[in-house]
Amino acid sequence: MTAAPAAVAQPLPLVEQFQYGLSAPICLTWELTYACNLSCVHCLSSSGRRDPRELTTAQCRAVIDELQRMQVFYVNIGGGEPTVRPDFWALLEYATAHDVGVKFSTNGVRITPGRARQLATSDYVDVQISLDGATAEVNDAVRGPGAYDTALRAMHNLADAGFAGFKISVTATRHNVGQLDQFQALADRLGAQLRITRLRPSGRGADVWDELHPTAAQQRQLYDWLAARGTRVLTGDSFFHLAACGAALPGLNLCGAGRVVCLIDPVGDVYACPFAIHDSFRAGSVLDPGGFAHVWRHSELFAGLRQPQTGGACRSCSAYDACRGGCMAAKFFTGLPLDGPDPECVMGHGERALAAMGTTPPPRPSGDHSHRAPRPVPLTLSRRPPVTACDSNPLAGFTPPGR
Amino acid sequence: MRAAPRPFDLDAAWQVAPQVQVRPERFGALLYHFGTRQLSFLKSPVLLTVVRSLAEQPSARAACRAARVPDHELASYHRALATLAASRMICPREAA
Repeated sequence: MTAAPAAVAQPLPLVEQFQYGLSAPICLTWELTYACNLSCVHCLSSSGRRDPRELTTAQCRAVIDELQRMQVFYVNIGGGEPTVRPDFWALLEYATAHDVGVKFSTNGVRITPGRARQLATSDYVDVQISLDGATAEVNDAVRGPGAYDTALRAMHNLADAGFAGFKISVTATRHNVGQLDQFQALADRLGAQLRITRLRPSGRGADVWDELHPTAAQQRQLYDWLAARGTRVLTGDSFFHLAACGAALPGLNLCGAGRVVCLIDPVGDVYACPFAIHDSFRAGSVLDPGGFAHVWRHSELFAGLRQPQTGGACRSCSAYDACRGGCMAAKFFTGLPLDGPDPECVMGHGERALAAMGTTPPPRPSGDHSHRAPRPVPLTLSRRPPVTACDSNPLAGFTPPGR
Repeated sequence: MRAAPRPFDLDAAWQVAPQVQVRPERFGALLYHFGTRQLSFLKSPVLLTVVRSLAEQPSARAACRAARVPDHELASYHRALATLAASRMICPREAA
């Protein structure tokens, strides 16, 4: 997030004000579906298969109406792969017609030349293409075979349509931190902006975090690289734990969970942040009486998060004021206490805490919508021929006895 | 890349830019520009009053006066408005 405060003295620094919560989120993530054509190994929402309880088109529209009333300026739409929802483009149009800007994350599968031209005409829509390797080899090892080509095709379609400044969104891993300059070159070539975010041990990410999260030396390299680029590269404020390396990177540099950010998941559940899909961080549902506004303003969980945090074991550390103890979700899903160090604490406290933890398994995410391996065969088996050419319902033509 | 901001003219007529939305908050307000996708903060409720009244007042100075900004604080409001103009949150109002 880029933010330029207009001065005028006031009692508390802005960041402290934010910790007590806002009338509406600044940055709301809305995952529209758990369905996805890919099965990325680090998927933070364990997506793959659609959930039958996913919000209907009408329910989604009601959420948008409410966001408009609350003056939520824009939503970050994701999934799953949001564009596989048949009503995705209609919802996009509905949101922008109701003063809710949309930035959506996609693997690029539906960004055809035609869609790209349509997207390029709207000020209210921003597109973010996920790419986790600057080469097909590194990318597809994480995102699956063909994912690199799909993403690159989508990017070229956007660039050809004149969509300036679309985002290339990279999750930093052990295998791509060495490719930062290549990502930058790709973005420059396409007139895109680079966005680098942190790998969290959330969702399926928990299973691969040990092998994929950047080493301590790579974290330092990443920090130096980002610090040298300033606001040219976006980070979604996700590296505030690296503020302990030196000067803070641009952004608010605080854990915004329940304070400035939250997540609406595909079934309408509201969580404190997109990386915390677990019952411990579920604040309510948009389908509850009072809707999303009531959850945001009155949930006990959010009220607790908006209290001053104690800092716990980190309190005595000289870097605490810079990193604020790091990421809540990263701690939770690695089994560390929430008031202790981040697992990737640059002072090494997290590593020591993990080593001392013993064998208690960390908490698992509450839901799992992963594709079941092997992938299902897309074929409908039927013993009887359909009653009519277009009716394959097994009860078609069946009249219950006694009618 | 933007050119260096021109000095802010307190005596000119200003308005909130057409693509900007203003959301009041306890500490002041949040501003969002849909064109630049930038966020800005108004760090006091009085500044919010000033910004909201720009469109009805003949000048930014008049808007400050109407919001009862004390003379000794005018310089800091001037700076805040200049910041908002530089980030295109507010823009000059064409003479009617």
